[in-house]
Amino acid sequence: MTTTPVRPKPRTVLPAGLPRPDSAEVGERRRVLVLRRASDVWALLGAAAASISITTLLFTRLLPLSGAVGFWVLAYLLFLGLYALLVSFDESGPAVRDKVAAVVVQSLGLITVVALVFVVVYAVFEGREALPHLNFYHQDMQAAGPLDPLSKGGILHAIVGTLEQITLALAFTVPAGLVCAVFLTEVPGRFARFVRTVVEAMTALPSIVAGLFIYATFILTFGFQRSGFAASLALSVMMLPIIIRASDVVIRLVPGTLREASYALGTSRWRTVWHVVLPTSRSGLTTAVILGTARGVGETSPVLLTAGFTAELNANPLEGPQVSLPLAVFEFVKSPEPTMIARGFGTAAVLMGLVLFLFILARVIGGRAPGRLTKRQEHRRVLASRRDAARFQARDHASKSSSIHGSSE
Amino acid sequence: MTTRTEADTEAGERAGPPEVPRRLYADPGLPDRVFRGVARSGGGLVLAVMLLVGGFLLYRAWQALSKAGWSFLTTETWEPDAGRFGIAAVIVGTVLIALVAIMVAVPLAVGGALYISEYAPARIRQTLISVVDLMAAVPSVVYGLWGLFFFTSHVAGTARWISTYFGWIPVFSVQGADPDDPLVNATVYASSTLIAGMVVALMVAPIVCSVMREVFSQAPVGEREGAYALGATRWGMIRSVVLPFGKGGMIGGTMLGLGRALGETIGVYLVISPIFAVQWHVLQSGTSSISSLIALRYGEASEFGMSALMAAGLALFLMTLVVNFAASSIVARSRSGASSE
Repeated sequence: MTTTPVRPKPRTVLPAGLPRPDSAEVGERRRVLVLRRASDVWALLGAAAASISITTLLFTRLLPLSGAVGFWVLAYLLFLGLYALLVSFDESGPAVRDKVAAVVVQSLGLITVVALVFVVVYAVFEGREALPHLNFYHQDMQAAGPLDPLSKGGILHAIVGTLEQITLALAFTVPAGLVCAVFLTEVPGRFARFVRTVVEAMTALPSIVAGLFIYATFILTFGFQRSGFAASLALSVMMLPIIIRASDVVIRLVPGTLREASYALGTSRWRTVWHVVLPTSRSGLTTAVILGTARGVGETSPVLLTAGFTAELNANPLEGPQVSLPLAVFEFVKSPEPTMIARGFGTAAVLMGLVLFLFILARVIGGRAPGRLTKRQEHRRVLASRRDAARFQARDHASKSSSIHGSSE
Repeated sequence: MTTRTEADTEAGERAGPPEVPRRLYADPGLPDRVFRGVARSGGGLVLAVMLLVGGFLLYRAWQALSKAGWSFLTTETWEPDAGRFGIAAVIVGTVLIALVAIMVAVPLAVGGALYISEYAPARIRQTLISVVDLMAAVPSVVYGLWGLFFFTSHVAGTARWISTYFGWIPVFSVQGADPDDPLVNATVYASSTLIAGMVVALMVAPIVCSVMREVFSQAPVGEREGAYALGATRWGMIRSVVLPFGKGGMIGGTMLGLGRALGETIGVYLVISPIFAVQWHVLQSGTSSISSLIALRYGEASEFGMSALMAAGLALFLMTLVVNFAASSIVARSRSGASSE
């Protein structure tokens, strides 16, 4: 700022007594915008050192206290108090509160993120013994007993089961869910409001109750076997309200102006839905479906009641019990054998890999506002527009020449 | 149309026949009528499925409910075939687990959400948002594994510490535990409500955090800058702008987490050891929840036992339903409401 170029003509004339702005001693010195000062860092470090020392003294010499958690809780509370004290030496009341609140919020945020990441990393870490064995991915557990080493047996049956069950569930829920979501927004009325209320209520249905419903109707009343198909029905009952609700929100985000523009061009309702509403909300709808899928893939309780359990590969979802990944985890860790528990953790790691894949897919496809295009889509639009322009020009040209031709005749 | 309008104007001038509002009718045409029919039937189909689930649940539960009467709410044991069954024990367990979960998860979620939206450096903010959203999608069985194999073995010391020094608070007392008796082993502290609650807390924390973070980040920039311009510190700004703006979303997110915590099955089932007696002591081994009761007893249930389980499931459904509707009505009335759905 000190090196503002001197403009030739219109300039501010400073009173004679004041020093010139570009002179060094007063001038506009660039302000330091960094919020963290050395004294803050020292206050933090000092408070931490003091609190740990005092707590150690209390725990080992003065008071009859013991236990790691108690130590850290006391140390943290002392740290907050000491930090407030140190800061209050050179700051006023509101600034002290601000500093202490910042420390509390940042430590809570850190604890949350670290705890969550730890839970996930723990499962993958414990599965490290099972994951490197290739047979883990292309064998089933038919020939492998609980005492067999990890180089025998795998979870192919669970992978196949999960993929088939979720595919079937998607085949039920995606058409029904999308049609219902379109109905809720595009055919408004009292009936649509009622359906929306019921769907919202059904999102509260606990997943185990969805499983219990299919178990009581499909298996007990109709007398079918437990099968992958029954599991996919239970998953559908659970996923349908989730997908409808998420898609409903996405479709409602489509700008009304787009719809009105389409109607103004004389388009009918279904053409507007098909050519304007659905393409505009495509990425959001995909995200809704994928996130619903991620919920369905990880759900254990509906599958526990309806799919049955088997250790062998069953590729036919319509007949016989079929196991899925979360259910396999559940059954593995019920065994006391360390190898089975290691297999359980490995299966959980595979399941999380699947969820992670779905999540990244949702991020890549979705995450854009309705109507926002990707680079490639934009490029395609530009090309189409150029083609149209060329076509119009050619037509204009043709009609002009034909009219000239006609007039000359 | 034109002729009609002209006729109307003339009629108005002559003050002849009374003006009738024009009938607005647009013929949608055949394709549109088909489209409406398909959409309506799709909505109707979903409605039918949903009502079927609810209706069937109610119908099957009715057998058990009509036999048990009001004692269904007060009986602790679960022996449907002997005619003595009720949800007093499991419902207390469910609510206690959910309360422990919410009391642990909400401070963590508020801290996490405030950190991400207000304090985190811009470089890592997007990463943190993705991590928290991903955690919300992690299957509950993974959290259950962590609770079963890691947390249970590490929490005993803490539980002993709390029960020793805070045992005078009735909730924290543990029967059969004597801090001076070295022979008492850690099993009195295992499989407790606290452990189940902590597992569920970690499971719902990312969901709650994600909702709250979304709401906090939508606090209007103008009001934030206004607070700063009046000399507020960052915490002052958060207290006077962000938190009041996000109140509806915070309550809504908490209720959403509570609904999930009430219905959680596998995470709880893996870590608890079920008992059928009202257990108020959160540190004491043994607790139960409605969903784990269903997972435990569905296989061996007779037809009447199934009906009793349905009644328990219905009670759980009604609880989560009330929580959900309360949440959505609170959220809908608040400023930040619409965005936190």
